[in-house]
Amino acid sequence: METLKAQKKEQKKEAGMRITGAEAIIHCLLAEGVDLIYGYPGGAIMPVYDELYKFQDRLTHILTRHEQGATHAAQGFARVTGKVGVAMATSGPGATNLVTGLADAQIDSTPIVCITGQVPRHLLGSDAFQETDIVGISTPVTKWNYQITKADEIPEIMAKAFYIAKSGRPGPVLIDITKNAQFDELDFAYEKCSGVRSYKPVPKPNMEAITAAAALINAAKKPYIVWGQGIILGEAEEELKAFVEKAGIPAAWTIMGESALPTDHPLNVGMVGMHGNYGPNVLTNECDVLIAIGMRFDDRVTGNLDTYAKQAKVIHFEIDPAEVGKNVKPDIALLGNCKETLSLLLPLIKENEHKEWKAEFDKKHKEEFEAVIKNDLHPTKPGLTMGEVIEQINEASKHEAVIVTDVGQHQMIACRYAKFKKSKSNITSGGLGTMGFALPAAIGAKMGAMDREVVAIIGDGGYQMTIQELGVIFQHNVPVKIVVLNNDHLGMVRQWQELFFESRYASTVMTNPDFVKIAEGYHIKSRRVEKRTDLKDAVQEMIASKDPYFLEVRVEKEDNVFPMIPSGASVADIRLK
Amino acid sequence: MTSSKDTMEKQWYTISVYSENNVGLLNRISGIFLKRHINIESLNVSKSEIENVSKFTIVIYTTEDWTRKIVNQIEKQIEVIKAFYHTDEETIFQESALFKIASHLLFDERQIQNIIKESKSQIVTVNREFFVLAKTGRRHEIDEMHDALEPYGIMQFVRSGRITVTKATMPISEILAEFQD
Repeated sequence: METLKAQKKEQKKEAGMRITGAEAIIHCLLAEGVDLIYGYPGGAIMPVYDELYKFQDRLTHILTRHEQGATHAAQGFARVTGKVGVAMATSGPGATNLVTGLADAQIDSTPIVCITGQVPRHLLGSDAFQETDIVGISTPVTKWNYQITKADEIPEIMAKAFYIAKSGRPGPVLIDITKNAQFDELDFAYEKCSGVRSYKPVPKPNMEAITAAAALINAAKKPYIVWGQGIILGEAEEELKAFVEKAGIPAAWTIMGESALPTDHPLNVGMVGMHGNYGPNVLTNECDVLIAIGMRFDDRVTGNLDTYAKQAKVIHFEIDPAEVGKNVKPDIALLGNCKETLSLLLPLIKENEHKEWKAEFDKKHKEEFEAVIKNDLHPTKPGLTMGEVIEQINEASKHEAVIVTDVGQHQMIACRYAKFKKSKSNITSGGLGTMGFALPAAIGAKMGAMDREVVAIIGDGGYQMTIQELGVIFQHNVPVKIVVLNNDHLGMVRQWQELFFESRYASTVMTNPDFVKIAEGYHIKSRRVEKRTDLKDAVQEMIASKDPYFLEVRVEKEDNVFPMIPSGASVADIRLK
Repeated sequence: MTSSKDTMEKQWYTISVYSENNVGLLNRISGIFLKRHINIESLNVSKSEIENVSKFTIVIYTTEDWTRKIVNQIEKQIEVIKAFYHTDEETIFQESALFKIASHLLFDERQIQNIIKESKSQIVTVNREFFVLAKTGRRHEIDEMHDALEPYGIMQFVRSGRITVTKATMPISEILAEFQD
C-alpha cells in the first residue's frame, strides 16, 4: 500500500505474533479500543466469530436480530460517544442488509466500521453461495471501502479503516474480508494509522479569511448563526457558546446540531428547516450576515435556494471543501475543524449584543406559540398530542435524557420540543430519513452511555421496521425506554396527502397489532396510555424504571406538524397552519 | 482555471484526476457522475508523470458549476490525490482512432488513397483481407475521416478516450511532498 506519514512511535506495536487473519481482526479491534460490536454471524464470517468466542471477556458482541439493526446500533453508539461504532456481518444477504445503515451513516457523517465476510478468494466471481459484490454495492454509500484477500493486509487496512472513519468529516467504512484471509496466518504487528498520503482530512484554517469574517460579523446589524452537527463532531460546543455569547448573536440549529447548545440558553432561538421554528426560518431572509457553522444547507433546511438568504452575506465554517458552494455560495468560506476556526475567530470578535434583532425572534416565537406551540403542548381537545408526550418526557427526565428518534411526525415534534442540557443527546436519522433507525440506535446509544437515560421516540410505522430488535433489549436487559406514538397512520405521509394530494390516503392507514402484547412477549415491562389523565404517571413510571420499558401512547390520528415549509417553497413562506 | 464564460453555460470540460492505483477507484469515480446523471463523454486511465500515480482523463459536456462540484466530490475520495478541470482552450488534447477496411478497396477505390494522404493517417498493417488505418487528432478530424471513409464501407471502427496535457502546471509532486512533511 502507499507510504504512510511518519508513524507515531509511541503507538502500540505487538510484533512477531503468528496468528490467523480472524484472530488478527480481533487484535486490531482491541488495539483500536473497541470493546463492543454489533453483528450477525454466517458462513463467510465464521472464523472471526470463532475468535470472538475466545475473546468474549474483552470484546462483547451483541447479536442484533437483523444486520440493519447492527449498523444503526453502531451509529447510535458512535453518535453518543463520539467513538467509532463497529458492525459485523456475513457475505451476501448479511452484507446487503448493511447498506441502509451505511447510507445513513454516510449522509449523517457518522463514524462506523463495518466488517463483512466474503467467499474465499478462489471463488470470487463464481457466483458462489452467498457471494455478492458488497464493495461494488457499498461504494456510493461509504467514505472508503476495501476488500482484503490476503491475511497479511489485515493490520494495515484495519488501521486505515478506523483512521478514515473517524478523521476529518467522519463516515462509514466497509472492509470485506475473504474467508481464506481469515483462515490464513500472518505475522501480526499493529500500528495505528496517522495519515494517508492522498487524503487531507482537515484543511488548514486561513487566517485572512477568519479576519475578514470577524470584520463582517463585527459590523453586522442583524447577524444570525445556524449551526449543525459539525459543532458536535468537532467537539466545539464550548467554542460555539463562547462565540454566541461574546458576539451576542441569535443562534439556531439544524436537527443534526441540536443539543450542542443547551435548549434554554437565552440566545438559542430554535430549529431551522421544514418543520423548524417560525422565527429561525423567516428571519433567515432578514439577517444581514448568516453564519453557518458545520452545516451543509440541506434542502430540508433551506427550502427553495433561489429565495434563501439572498440579502445576507454568508460565512460558512466547513471541514469538507466539497460542501463549500455546493448548495449556497458563501461570501467567506472558513475551511477547517470548527473547533479550531472558532477559537481563532473568537479573539477578533467584539463584545456585542443585538437586543432589537433578538427581540424579533422573541416576537416571532410569540406568534408561533399562539398559533402552534400552545395547542401542541397544552391541548384543549380530547385527543393526546405528540407534543404533550415530549413535554412530559422533558419534565420526568429533567432535560438530561438522550432522545433517539425515528423518522416522521414524531421526529419533528420531538426535535421541536425536546429539551437538552448536554451535547450528543439528540440522535436521529437526519439526512437519509431512515424509518426503523430509532430502536436499534437507542440500543447502541444506551450501551455507549449506560449512565444516561435513553428514550427512543418512535412512530407506529418505523417501529415495525426494526421491531425485532426488542429481542436484543430483552436478551441483554438493555434499559432503554421506548415510546411509540401511535396514530395508526404513516403520519407524515398522511399529512402530505392531506395537504398536497387532496386527502387521498393511499397506503398510509395502518392496522396495527397489540404493541403492548408484543413487548410483553419479549418480557419487557409495558403500558398503554389512551387518556391524558394517565400520561404523566405513565411517563414518570417509565423514566423511574431500572429496566427496559415500553410505553405506547395512543395519540390523535390525524394531527399535522406545523410550522411547515412546503417542499420547494421559501423559508419566508413557512406556514403556521 | 475558470473560464470567463458564464458558469451556467454548458461546454466541454476535461477533468484530470491524479490518484493511487487501486482496485475499485474507477467504480467510485464513475459513481459520482452516475449519481448526478451526468454522462461521461470520454474516459482514459493511464499512468502519469509520477511513479505509482494513476491519471484519469474524463471529458464531460456540462456547466462549470457542475464541473466544479464534481471535481470537489472526486477530490474528496480517499485515494484521489488531486483533481483539476480545464476547458479545451486550456489544454492540448488528442484522440486516436483505428479503421479496419477491406483491402480490395485500396485498389478499387482510388479516392481512399487520397483520404489516407489528406488525413495524415498511418497504415498500421495490410493483409489480403483488410488494412488498418490509425489516426491521431482532434475529435472533428477523426469524425471527418470517418465520414469520408464510410461510403466505402468500414469493417471496424474504434476511437480512444481523449488524452490531455494542460498548458498550466498540475503540481502533483508538490502535493505529495507536502504530505511527507
